[in-house]
Amino acid sequence: MNIATEHTARTPLYNLHLELGAKMVPFAGYEMPLQYPMGILKEHLHTRSQAGLFDVSHMGQIRLAGKNYAAALETLVPVDIIGLGISRQRYALFTNDQGGVLDDLMVSNGGDHLFLVVNAACKQQDIAHLRQHLSDQCTIEALSDRALLALQGPEAGAVMARLAPETAKMTFMDTAKVTLMGVECFISRSGYTGEDGFEISVPNEQAEALARLLLAQPEVAPIGLGARDSLRLEAGLCLYGHDVDTDTTPVEASLSWALSKVRRADGARAGGYPGADIISRQLATGVARKRVGLLAKDRVPVRDGTQILDAHGNVVGHITSGGFSPTLGDPVAMGYVETVHAKLGTLLQAIVRGKVVSIEIAKTPFITHRYYRG
Amino acid sequence: MSKIRYTEEHEWLLIGDDALVTVGITDFAQEQLGDLVYIQLPEIGKAIAKGEEAAVIESVKSASEIMMPVTGVIVEVNTILIDEPGKVNDDPMGKGWFIKLKMNGPSELDGLMDEPAYTAFVKDLG
Repeated sequence: MNIATEHTARTPLYNLHLELGAKMVPFAGYEMPLQYPMGILKEHLHTRSQAGLFDVSHMGQIRLAGKNYAAALETLVPVDIIGLGISRQRYALFTNDQGGVLDDLMVSNGGDHLFLVVNAACKQQDIAHLRQHLSDQCTIEALSDRALLALQGPEAGAVMARLAPETAKMTFMDTAKVTLMGVECFISRSGYTGEDGFEISVPNEQAEALARLLLAQPEVAPIGLGARDSLRLEAGLCLYGHDVDTDTTPVEASLSWALSKVRRADGARAGGYPGADIISRQLATGVARKRVGLLAKDRVPVRDGTQILDAHGNVVGHITSGGFSPTLGDPVAMGYVETVHAKLGTLLQAIVRGKVVSIEIAKTPFITHRYYRG
Repeated sequence: MSKIRYTEEHEWLLIGDDALVTVGITDFAQEQLGDLVYIQLPEIGKAIAKGEEAAVIESVKSASEIMMPVTGVIVEVNTILIDEPGKVNDDPMGKGWFIKLKMNGPSELDGLMDEPAYTAFVKDLG
């Protein structure tokens, strides 16, 4: 999961991470905290029971504005952007001509602009993609002057309400401009853990002060990338480059829920994005393989890249994310299997260090999402 | 008289009477590995050569192997670790031991580090 580049960049919270005793690792071109002294397991459980603060400033923040930004973005994603309400956020995917996924992203309607959050490893490519296809229809601005903090966990709502009372009325996938410490922040009530929580876009210069303010709240502990990965895996959320990539379509990735009705074959604005013909055919006739959740039966974690076999030893798929679930106390995984083997409860096998490990197709998320819906 | 020796793979060996050796991983090793979540121990009675796999450990981050530090026969394994792998993180030099083995002979210990040598070795790793 490490993508090291020649020189790694630092987020505005770099010095704070060191002060907090973080173990730093290269990730997507940045030096990021893998874990703090609390350790991945406890950080994970703390986020599930109280609230965790994550530095996600490595992710790309992009602003689309101008006269035609919503219709313009719809030419690159199979998602309803024109119909996205003001101060609402939606999950979207950039597709390629084969229907594969170039990146997944969050899109927010800021009233007179769209605010996008894209994956760190893809952000340069995403900006180039937007500029290549949309620069005659809207303005595209990379917001490299802003950091991004995520506050996640069942106590996140109480913490934010203490610092900015107006956030209490926000529900899951609402967005708002909120003044925190006298600074205008752009906040969404969403995240990547399956818990209630917020993502806070803040100017670089104020990021450390805001992080310190959040960490000073008794419920909040700093959480690294290690727990971020196990939290999102338990929540059944895809990691781009592992569970979804250019070789998987949204239908194969079991992300059909993200394909808006209005953009589907019988919708008012059907198609009109890269790979639309392939994706709509797959929606109509099904796919040969799909992303599924998996539980390992023998306590052995089954990792990314492991082959999945049927009872006769035939290869029928592979693991794309796997690890230990601190909440369940057992290994969990996601992977792709041939659709005929994808039914819940189907028993399959993985070979781990030469030994057969029994695995079972399971429902995702592995934990119950606890988003705040009012 | 017991004494402790260390390997470059960050295992410790407590050498007891009758060539009985208790093996575990050092505090440095558990710190590097992170929280352990799964441990697979060898069968009692199995003869394993130096450098071959003795146990498998998985942390929240990755999988790795414990290599046999000396040639010998497994006489006891710490079965508590199967249900409580976190014991290794909590007490790597004590309750978190992995295996007890009977080594072939005292010459097996040649080339292993004593405590000051290991401390210097770890310091050099930065």
